[in-house]
Amino acid sequence: MVEATTISPKFECRNPREIRNPSRDGLWSALGFEPPAASHCMSERENIFGRIREALRLTAPQPGLHDAAPRSGKRVTDLLPAVGRSFDENVALFHKNAVELKAEFRLLSSAEELRVTLANLRDADGWTRAASHSGQLTDAACQALGLPVLLTDTAFDKIELEKCPVGITECDALVAQTGSVVVTNRSAGGRALSVLPPHHVVLARRDQLVAGLPEAFALLKARYGADYPSMLSFITGPSRTGDIERILVLGAHGPKKLTIFCL
Amino acid sequence: MSTAAVQFKRDARRLSADRRHREIINTALNKYAVKRDEKKALFQDWEGARQLAAEIKWEAVNHLDRYLEQFVRGLEARGTQVHWASTAQQARDLIVGIARSRNARSIVKSKAMTAEEIHLNEALEKAGFEVVESDLGEFIVQLREEAPYHIVFPAMHLTRGEIRETFEKKLHDAPSDEPEELTMVARRVLRQKYLQADVGITGANFAVAETGMISITENEGNARLTAALPKTMITLLGIEKVIPRLEDLALLLPMLATVGAGQLISGYNTMYGGPRQAGETDGPEEFHVVLLDHNRTALLADAEQRDSLHCIRCGACLNVCPIYRNVGGHTYGTTYPGPIGGVITPNLRGLQDWKHLSYASSLCGACTEACPVKIDLAHHLLQNRRNASQQKPSLWQKIAFKLFAPVANCRVLWILVTKLGRLGQKLHPLVLGKPFDPAYVWTKTRDLPPVAQQSFKEWWRQRP
Repeated sequence: MVEATTISPKFECRNPREIRNPSRDGLWSALGFEPPAASHCMSERENIFGRIREALRLTAPQPGLHDAAPRSGKRVTDLLPAVGRSFDENVALFHKNAVELKAEFRLLSSAEELRVTLANLRDADGWTRAASHSGQLTDAACQALGLPVLLTDTAFDKIELEKCPVGITECDALVAQTGSVVVTNRSAGGRALSVLPPHHVVLARRDQLVAGLPEAFALLKARYGADYPSMLSFITGPSRTGDIERILVLGAHGPKKLTIFCL
Repeated sequence: MSTAAVQFKRDARRLSADRRHREIINTALNKYAVKRDEKKALFQDWEGARQLAAEIKWEAVNHLDRYLEQFVRGLEARGTQVHWASTAQQARDLIVGIARSRNARSIVKSKAMTAEEIHLNEALEKAGFEVVESDLGEFIVQLREEAPYHIVFPAMHLTRGEIRETFEKKLHDAPSDEPEELTMVARRVLRQKYLQADVGITGANFAVAETGMISITENEGNARLTAALPKTMITLLGIEKVIPRLEDLALLLPMLATVGAGQLISGYNTMYGGPRQAGETDGPEEFHVVLLDHNRTALLADAEQRDSLHCIRCGACLNVCPIYRNVGGHTYGTTYPGPIGGVITPNLRGLQDWKHLSYASSLCGACTEACPVKIDLAHHLLQNRRNASQQKPSLWQKIAFKLFAPVANCRVLWILVTKLGRLGQKLHPLVLGKPFDPAYVWTKTRDLPPVAQQSFKEWWRQRP
């Protein structure tokens, strides 16, 4: 229940439309003109900033004003869902999240196991070609597949990429807390490779698993802080929609399948 | 009464008696509520998270000039072209101008409420471009030539049968009414559109000042494709979307997904800071960011309601609102329906024309409790009512209070009137529900509570 409103006199209530920019309008009206209606870009920027600065001369109430005791001062890691403390706990958490999201996750023990697993996947799904980018893990994977590979490291044809049944990429991090894969267009072969082919296979190293989202953002900052790539993306599960009667359907526009191999 | 108010009353009356509509909305929202509560429970401290999220947005909105400057500096450093629009018309002209200068023919769009707000699609179509909405829900309502029903679930009001009929009529392709097969029809159609489109238009959920990036939240991958394949990318966003730091997303992204869709985090959360950079092999050659005011600075100037600019457009307040759930999204006749629409629309589009939305509330406060960034929605609805009646008092209310005041101030009159009231209520059943019932305006949709059989004073005197 909410009680009838009480307005603290501190917060002066004004009709916003009465507030104008006196320094600008005043000069014009002193000269007997209407203030000018600006139409081009640069002055729109100044108009907007002028209105913002004028508006912010009044102070707004702090959030949590109506709460008995607003809880503040906690760190984000103490608010977000709990994460594991050891690698094993976090692998288990990532696995649980991946299963719930209908992504496939496998922890592999050797490069040999990855080769065998990929070859099995190739035969089961009948891949005749693949798309990937160069990298330590992806190079080994493409070799193991023994298929023609479209590489996105140099200029490529997006129509051809769309025809590839699988896109194989590396990543920047795996996030246990949410089951997300963190990619950038620098680490994962551009913007389209991880989203255009119907099956996205991610190859990650064990040391790329981080506990939570704050750690993932810290990692991105540490790695790219000085020069960010033009795209950072947190991919969580295969592409999905619930737009028809809130019923989950996978593969709305992006990949229908997401497979994550961790070495 | 404004034309908007007349339309609202008419549609609200029709839809609140429509049981089928209510069943569809309740089914969808009850499913959502289960998932939302499940995910909320995973947080170690949900209330603490709300407070911190509110503080982050407060910091950004109350230093908007500084953070906007930082945001724009970062974008421009990576070769992004930033444009400013004070009005909807300016924003439309800017975007049409960019598309024209690129000799574009087809445009693919990912979901953006800001684009709905400025009626961008109509402007682009009038200028001769083919515009396709790529979010499945938006695609469906676009085919039906309807406005989105909800800011997060645009096609929530439709059944699979209705969607199949729409696809059959407009796409001549509807194998069955299974959601899976219908989604695949849309996938096939839209894949070609992404590959052919010259321009991609997106909205943004957040604007990160620290790194000069926009952040887009989605589940389908349609925004990812829109930002990857066309040669030109345009992002339209309101100036209030700014947040100070990149790591603020670690809190805001899971909160948005939890209350917005009952997910711990959405399928794709992507930050874009510029067009294709040196050494990158795909992505747009040009990236334009259009920053829209459209009366947001007027709302900023109202310190009392400034926190309504904290809104992250999650739709949580719509989902819990008993009015929204009964009258439905289209009834509001605005881009932003529900409690947040009732708060901001009168401020953005005219208090007297839109004040009826601030009255479309039971003041239960569910919206205030649901809001992940602690916007004081229920109070703001009351403040809008107060401002509206201060600005233009209602004649009937003036007369009513003129009559009430002497009665309430005079003991004898008060006793007489309450006694008459008790007597009158005994006779009321004779006329109840008939148009000549003096309380008909009230009783045609509501029960009249009985006047107490004795006053407090009488009870006090008679107590043993």
